[in-house]
Amino acid sequence: MSVVETTGAGTPVEKILEVTDLRMYFPITEGIMIQRKVADVKAVDGISFSMSRGETLGLVGESGCGKTTTGRCILQLEKQTSGDIVFNGQNISTLSRSDMLQFRQKVQVIFQDPYSSLNPRMKIGDIIGEPMKVHKIIEDKTERDRRVAELLSLCGLSPQFSDRYPHEMSGGQRQRVGVARALALNPEFIVCDEAVSALDVSIQAQVINLLEDLRDEFNLTYLFISHDLSVIRHLCQRVAVMYLGHMVEVADCDELFENPMHPYTKALLDAVPIADPVLEASREHKIVKGEIPSPINPPSGCVFHPRCEIAVPGCSQAIPKLLEVKPGHWVACPEA
Amino acid sequence: MSVTEINPGTVIEELAERKPLSERIGSLIRKQPLGLAGLLVVSIMVVCAIFAEYISPYDPELASFEHMLIPPNGDFLLGTDQFGRDMLTRLIFGAQTALFIGFTCAFVGSFAGLVLGVGSAYFGGKVDLIFQRVMDVFMAFPLIILALAIVSIFGTSMSSVITAITIPFIPRCARVVRSSALAIREIPYVDAARACGFSHIRIILRHMAPNVMAPFLIILTAAVGQAILTEASLSYLGMGVQEPTPAWGLMLQGGAEEYAESAPWVAIWPGVAISLAVFGFNLFGDALRDVLDPRLRTR
Repeated sequence: MSVVETTGAGTPVEKILEVTDLRMYFPITEGIMIQRKVADVKAVDGISFSMSRGETLGLVGESGCGKTTTGRCILQLEKQTSGDIVFNGQNISTLSRSDMLQFRQKVQVIFQDPYSSLNPRMKIGDIIGEPMKVHKIIEDKTERDRRVAELLSLCGLSPQFSDRYPHEMSGGQRQRVGVARALALNPEFIVCDEAVSALDVSIQAQVINLLEDLRDEFNLTYLFISHDLSVIRHLCQRVAVMYLGHMVEVADCDELFENPMHPYTKALLDAVPIADPVLEASREHKIVKGEIPSPINPPSGCVFHPRCEIAVPGCSQAIPKLLEVKPGHWVACPEA
Repeated sequence: MSVTEINPGTVIEELAERKPLSERIGSLIRKQPLGLAGLLVVSIMVVCAIFAEYISPYDPELASFEHMLIPPNGDFLLGTDQFGRDMLTRLIFGAQTALFIGFTCAFVGSFAGLVLGVGSAYFGGKVDLIFQRVMDVFMAFPLIILALAIVSIFGTSMSSVITAITIPFIPRCARVVRSSALAIREIPYVDAARACGFSHIRIILRHMAPNVMAPFLIILTAAVGQAILTEASLSYLGMGVQEPTPAWGLMLQGGAEEYAESAPWVAIWPGVAISLAVFGFNLFGDALRDVLDPRLRTR
């Protein structure tokens, strides 16, 4: 599968991340002492994409389609089964210990649940300051406290919060702390794993604006994983749609929302409610038939074919390749 | 930023946690009377152990043939033993031995178990599997049998007695701590720590261990009582602390067989002391569990 070459602006720029044929299989084992592998959960099954510096790529798809696993592989929280992840020209699965520490500084993560992503036994100041201490960025304690205060105010929190424990804060405040922690190491790349999904809508908007401001200020690159299409449309330059471990469509944000080509993307966009209740009640919903298949035993050929409206007999044979049908618009469906 | 600024967080904190001290103690007595009784027993033991030299009336090791087996009276409140040593004095000094061995064994064993249990859960997979099977081997022996085996290998010095009681505690603590740590392993803040590139040791000690404190503290207090009991058993069997060091198990051994009918106080008092100590620590541990378990806690 070839790597998507163009960016939102249509001009080739520096690639910060290139993922090639990434596969992540989780083995299912049986037996107590001697474990036999009986099957694999194919959470991510051969996806390729690339991102340029300063870009925000939205990764969408329904629950269990492998979005989060992709993010965890890029963060090296999971060791991928196969495939290459190249960050700043370095293959991250072959990094030495010291290079790995460098990589950890440059790639950070913001988690979905602000209630469980902060250690309840640590003060906010320690949570944000610890990475700087460990990576020896700022070794002096007072200097570090000053930087923590700076990061807190950058994220719209009072510096007094550094003496608080996470349980003393609201969800939105905690998520800002999560953002501040991610920024502590001056990263270049942040994986936002459903970063606003657990927040209510008004707080969501604040955190999204914060993420936008920070992106512009520090030239950050975001991999924005979400199932919320309106958030993706607002924040991202490009969108990749995943289904059952495969990437089915990649395009510039506006192009994808206005001119979706893959039948799954069409169905996904059709599921978004319209804010006008009259219009919403009168329009016809095309609901995808059937259930999402099991990633342990995915359908042959195109994984979407059992649920697809335009499937032809050939769809169950060959796995469709992601092809560029328009400049910057890649679709994995020969019928589209 | 002005200091007088009212912060919603501060108000919430004060409402939740700043009850007057007297009220908090009052509610503790109502909710945990047994736990407080346990704490009282433990406190008395600690005071006796620390100030043994000042509060005890006689020398614990000085034998006197003039005062052999005197029943409790005005001079000797709890009587004397077969060597003419004051029982009360030896009981007070015995608290020193019991607490020293009890605390040392429980703390060293539980901390080793904490680190190994959390580490086992953190690394998971093969490490966890192999480690848990080794723990199974240790758990297969009853506490006292394992301790006896270790003492018979290394001899009956104080250090080998401590080793003998410590080692059986490690798997017991590791097992309990591991089960809590397995759940914590899956919580995103551990992933966040890994994504920050922290070392395994730092994640285990700083991010995971503090979050398994509730079960750990309960295991720890129970282990102190258990260690005191094991030390007394070893001493009673002649495999523990040796004469003339005052130790409750040893006093029991000296008095139980020969003098059970003629001078029962020689055996009764150390027996009462052992029972009270274990009882005290266990009650305290139970109360601690109720206080620390958020499901049972009402704000």
